[in-house]
Amino acid sequence: MKIGVFICHCGSNIAGTVDCVKVAKNAEAFPDVAYSTDNMYMCSEPGQDHIVEMVKKHDLDGVVVASCSPRMHEPTFRRAVERAGLNKYMFEMANIREHVSWIGKDKDANTNKASELVRMAVEKLRRNAPLFSKKFETIKKVLVVGAGVAGIQAALDCADAGLQVVLVEREPAIGGKMAKLDKTFPTVDCSSCILGPKMVDVSQHPNITLYTLSEVEKVSGYVGNFSVNIKRRAPYVDFSKCTGCGACMEKCPAKKTPDRFNEFMGPTTAINIPFPQAIPKKATINPQYCRKLTEGKCGICAKICPTGAINYEMKDEVITEEVGAIVAATGYDLMDWKSNYGEYGGGRYPDVITSLQYERLLSAAGPTGGHILRPSDGREPKKVAFICCVGSRDRSIGRPYCSGFCCMYTAKQAVLTKDHIPDSQSYVFYMDIRAPGKLYDEFTRRAIEEYGTEYIRGRVSAIQPDGKGQYIVRAADTLLGKPVEVAVDLVVLAVGVEGAKGSGKLAETLHISYDNFGFFLESHIKLRPVETNTAGVFLAGSCQGAKDIPSSVAQGSGAAAKVIGLLSKPKLESDPQISNVNIKRCVGCGKCVDVCPFQAITKENIRGEIKAQVIEAVCQGCGLCAATCPQGAIQLSHFTDNQILAEVNALCQC
Amino acid sequence: MDSINLEAVRDEDFLRTVEKESGQNLSRCYQCGKCTAGCPCGPAYDMQVSQVMRAIQLGDKQAVFEAASPWLCVSCSTCTARCPNEIDVARVMDTVRHMNRREGGKHPTLNAFWDSFLKTVRLSGRAYELGVMALYMLRTGKVLTDMDLAPRIMPKRKLPFVPHVIRGKAAVGRIFKRFHDLRMDG
Repeated sequence: MKIGVFICHCGSNIAGTVDCVKVAKNAEAFPDVAYSTDNMYMCSEPGQDHIVEMVKKHDLDGVVVASCSPRMHEPTFRRAVERAGLNKYMFEMANIREHVSWIGKDKDANTNKASELVRMAVEKLRRNAPLFSKKFETIKKVLVVGAGVAGIQAALDCADAGLQVVLVEREPAIGGKMAKLDKTFPTVDCSSCILGPKMVDVSQHPNITLYTLSEVEKVSGYVGNFSVNIKRRAPYVDFSKCTGCGACMEKCPAKKTPDRFNEFMGPTTAINIPFPQAIPKKATINPQYCRKLTEGKCGICAKICPTGAINYEMKDEVITEEVGAIVAATGYDLMDWKSNYGEYGGGRYPDVITSLQYERLLSAAGPTGGHILRPSDGREPKKVAFICCVGSRDRSIGRPYCSGFCCMYTAKQAVLTKDHIPDSQSYVFYMDIRAPGKLYDEFTRRAIEEYGTEYIRGRVSAIQPDGKGQYIVRAADTLLGKPVEVAVDLVVLAVGVEGAKGSGKLAETLHISYDNFGFFLESHIKLRPVETNTAGVFLAGSCQGAKDIPSSVAQGSGAAAKVIGLLSKPKLESDPQISNVNIKRCVGCGKCVDVCPFQAITKENIRGEIKAQVIEAVCQGCGLCAATCPQGAIQLSHFTDNQILAEVNALCQC
Repeated sequence: MDSINLEAVRDEDFLRTVEKESGQNLSRCYQCGKCTAGCPCGPAYDMQVSQVMRAIQLGDKQAVFEAASPWLCVSCSTCTARCPNEIDVARVMDTVRHMNRREGGKHPTLNAFWDSFLKTVRLSGRAYELGVMALYMLRTGKVLTDMDLAPRIMPKRKLPFVPHVIRGKAAVGRIFKRFHDLRMDG
């Protein structure tokens, strides 16, 4: 076997603390190495061309590149090796940047370690074998989980491109958080006026199937061929008969049902349509509060319904859909501020509300008909305090991150307050104003200059009721260097965001990673922001991290582009780095079947004996089975025991 | 107002000593002012808590040692409880007081006050207000300071003529002595 070794300087990234020339020289002595060199940038076009040339010139059988992490450039070099006429798996990469040059300053030690890593790669490559991918069909259908603005955008873009779309929403109506907003920054245009048409498009698009009151329960399969179980909660209303007339809502006697859509700012009825522009505009029954369903007596809505749509016997159902790709767009929820901010009342003061609740007070479709009225006494507030960073940038409660869009909506809410109540005064307590978007800073300046909003730089220490109906907000003006206080009628908290409730469970169902705050992990924070590390699963909107509307829409379209790109290929290639069973060694114990997280191994009866069998297209090559098998009967191609032991041996010899 | 030369004012040693003795990472402070906002003594301070923290961050030893605020701090620890960055601010204030005393005390009147206070504690086992006042007046010559408060607090029996003597007086005296001896030993 003839091996070529190529050591990359990565500019000064590697060469700064590693003697690359010496590493290349050392490599010449390693077994089977026929050619060894170093290069300023291996990933550059001349660098790649050099690999191709040398493979041909020296008749090489395999290539080792010592450079950066394989995450970015392994595919690059595999393509180069393929261009040179070799099998792309006759290639190994030694990571001498992240694992060597970036973490140590001692040049001699680094050079040694780099040489050792190259030696390991050479020893592994000596045992590599050409591997070949198989081609398989994909289902031209995509599942979008979550019908907020990001999910809607992703669904519409996919549907317009000709793909079938299954859109799943947990709530009775689509629109997500944006549907709850009154106006949007920085243009102060009506949220439902710009979102409404998109929602209608979703409901009318021939390629989109919408399931509301539904959640993804189970996902199996693999990229291009997922099988998804969707649990649909019973709405107790036959959607094919309901016309959305709303007569049931008027007569329903359960008038103390908590109103989720209105952020619990007022009660609603057990059967209801959340808001006038709701899609689908169908009534649903909240089974926890419906008298017929809880006590067995009532049935008024069934009597009043002109089309006989009410059906108390309806049961939850599970629908199975086959899809080729999945977009998670589950958005965010506000963090639990009540248990963390006792100094702000912890929820005991009725006139200390969240910004999302304030949004419902501002909305004409909200519980107050668009009039700002205090929850405690229904009076119009004249002085309103807005407090930023409640549950953001606060390490003491384990929330170190910035929630991103609160600065902007706070400015918007201050502007709207002045529009609604011209003789009102708003105070915004902020730590830093974060307004980096297009026209954002200009908008904040408008709130200050044109609307006379008082911006005070300081974090609020406490909110205390003065006993006369007002609240004293105690803060510091850090620019002045003095403690300040102001008595206000209403306090609005810009509460930090976290991944939507239940996002962790969904992440586990989708086999994707998530962080401590319930946000899903992208494949690469800069270069693969909508992809996940699970092939065929993509992200859109705030489920990946706090995002405003423009970014969510952009990411929705981005995820759709990725899905369209994936499913537009006639066939996908499977990764040949998968498990193989040596039938002669397998004793049929089934331990591999139990540990496989992808249900990729089955027990088959082969000539009267039970043997494990790998379903090639389903196996993701994680290697759990290989590590579990007591007989060593399952080997992971490209990472066999022999290959790994050869690497360990190489390391121990050094 | 003269501008502060950031390089000239920076006393790296002072900053590191405060960090070491208080066990707090002061670079965590992002100057939100929540400590100042909740401080009950803020209105009496010449320099707000957050400003003291800022001066320490800059290594401005002189500004910190000349400020009255650390001496007026009542150690209620509201600042510590509210700090979003988990800095024990009250402990930092305490550290600053210790360092200031160790270096002989830079604040003329406040140092005299604390000396007077500690002397009465050493003698009677607890504070003796009238004694503190008398010693303070002797030390500073400020005879009329806060005299206007006397008519208001006398009827509340906050200024007894005879000191309260506690049972463990001798033990308190020994604490002072041990501290003194340890300090002499370095």
